[in-house]
Amino acid sequence: MLPTPSTSHVAFDRIYEPAEDSFLLLDTLSSPPEKAFLHERFNPPNTTDGNSSPSPLVVEIGTGSGVVLSFVHAHAEIIFGREDILTAGVDVNRYACEATSQTIIIAEQEQKREGKSHGLYLGNIVGDLTSPLREGMVDVLIFNPPYVPTPDLPALPQGEVKEGLPSFEDDSKFLELSYAGGADGMETTSRLLDALPAILSERGCAYLLLCAQNRPELVKDKMRGLGGQWKAETVGSSGKKGGWEKLQIIRIWREP
Amino acid sequence: MKLLTLNFLSCAVKACKSSSASFPLHPKDCELESAEIAPNPKLLFNILPRIDWDALVVTASELGFTSLKATPPTNEELEGDEKMMTDLHTLLLETQIMEGSLVCANCGHEYKVKEGIANFLLPNHLV
Ligand SMILES: C[S@@+](CC[C@H](N)C(=O)[O-])C[C@H]1O[C@@H](n2cnc3c(N)ncnc32)[C@H](O)[C@@H]1O
Ligand SMILES: [Zn+2]
Repeated sequence: MLPTPSTSHVAFDRIYEPAEDSFLLLDTLSSPPEKAFLHERFNPPNTTDGNSSPSPLVVEIGTGSGVVLSFVHAHAEIIFGREDILTAGVDVNRYACEATSQTIIIAEQEQKREGKSHGLYLGNIVGDLTSPLREGMVDVLIFNPPYVPTPDLPALPQGEVKEGLPSFEDDSKFLELSYAGGADGMETTSRLLDALPAILSERGCAYLLLCAQNRPELVKDKMRGLGGQWKAETVGSSGKKGGWEKLQIIRIWREP
Repeated sequence: MKLLTLNFLSCAVKACKSSSASFPLHPKDCELESAEIAPNPKLLFNILPRIDWDALVVTASELGFTSLKATPPTNEELEGDEKMMTDLHTLLLETQIMEGSLVCANCGHEYKVKEGIANFLLPNHLV
C-alpha cells in the first residue's frame, strides 16, 4: 500500500473530502494490473537510442482536495515506471485548485524527505472539464465526477471570482457541485465522455469513476461504439452487494 | 502555473478551438516567479519532443526570453551546450506565471491569472 497524501490542511466545508470513491481510485491506479498496463504503455521497448518516450501528461479533472492527483504525482515512478511525468489539474472550484497545489507541495516534500522522486506539477486551472486544454495532449485523464443522481444540476460559477471569503451559500454550492450529477448522475460525465476522443492523445487512456445508477455497462458500450480501436473495461470496484458493485472504475483507451 | 502549461492550453470558447489563433494564448502584464528545481537533463530531454516549439518561442519572447533558437535543439546539441541547457531548464521547469492574463488572439477573451491559478470559466455570453 502506497501512502495516501495528507489533506489535513483542506477546508472541507467548501471542498470535497476524500471518501470511498477517492480511495477506490488510489487503490485501482496502484493495483498490480493497472501498474502493469501503465508501465507497458508508457515505457515502450523500442527505445533503442537510450531515450525514453516523451514525458506523459497526466490530467485530473475535478481535483477537489488533490488527494488523487498528488498520489499519482508522488508515486509516478511506481505507478508509471518513470518519474518524468507532467501533472496538471482542473476544477470548477477555485478553492479546490488552491488546495490541490498545496496538497502537491506537501506530497513533494514528503517524497523528498524519503529521498524519493516525484513528477513535474504544471499547476491547477479553474475551468469546466477539459475546455481549457488543447486537443490531443492528454496521456492519462482521471475523473471522479459528481455522480449522484439529482433532480437538477447546479449552474457552474462563471467569469469573475468574488473577492473575500465565500459565503455559506457559496460553500454549499461548491459542495453541491462536487456530488450532484443531474439525471442518472450522468450529466457532467456525459459531457466529459463526448470530449474524450478529441482530448486524449494516441496513447491516451482515461480512468473514470462510476456508481451503479450511472449504468456503467451502457457507458462502456457507448465508448466501444466509437470504433474498433476503442476499449472500455471495469478495472476496480468496491461495495459489492448481491452481485452489484456500488462504485467502479472504468478504464477507457484505444488500441492501435 | 508553469509557463510550460501554456503549451497545453487553448481558448476555452468552443468556436475558437478550430482556429489556429486560439493557441498559444498570449500572456499580458504577467508577473513571473521562479521555483528552483534541481537540474534534470532527462526530464528536459523527454519534455522537448512533446512540445510545440514554435508556440514556445512565441510565448517565451512575449515574456522577454529571446534566446530561443527557431528550431528545437537535438539531445546532442543540448548536452554539448551548458548555457542552452540551463536556459531551457529555467524557462521550462522553473518559470511560473503568478499574476496577469492570457489573451486569445481569435476572440480577444482575457483569462485572468491570480496567485498562480488561471481562471478558464467563461462568462455566460461566451459559453
Ligand atoms: C466527487 S469530487 C472528487 C474530488 C477528488 N478528485 C476526490 O476524488 O476526492 C468531484 C470534483 O469535481 C469538480 N467538478 C464538478 N463539476 C466540474 C466541472 N464541470 N468541471 C471541472 N470540475 C468539476 C468538483 O468541484 C469536485 O471537486
Ligand atoms: Zn478565443
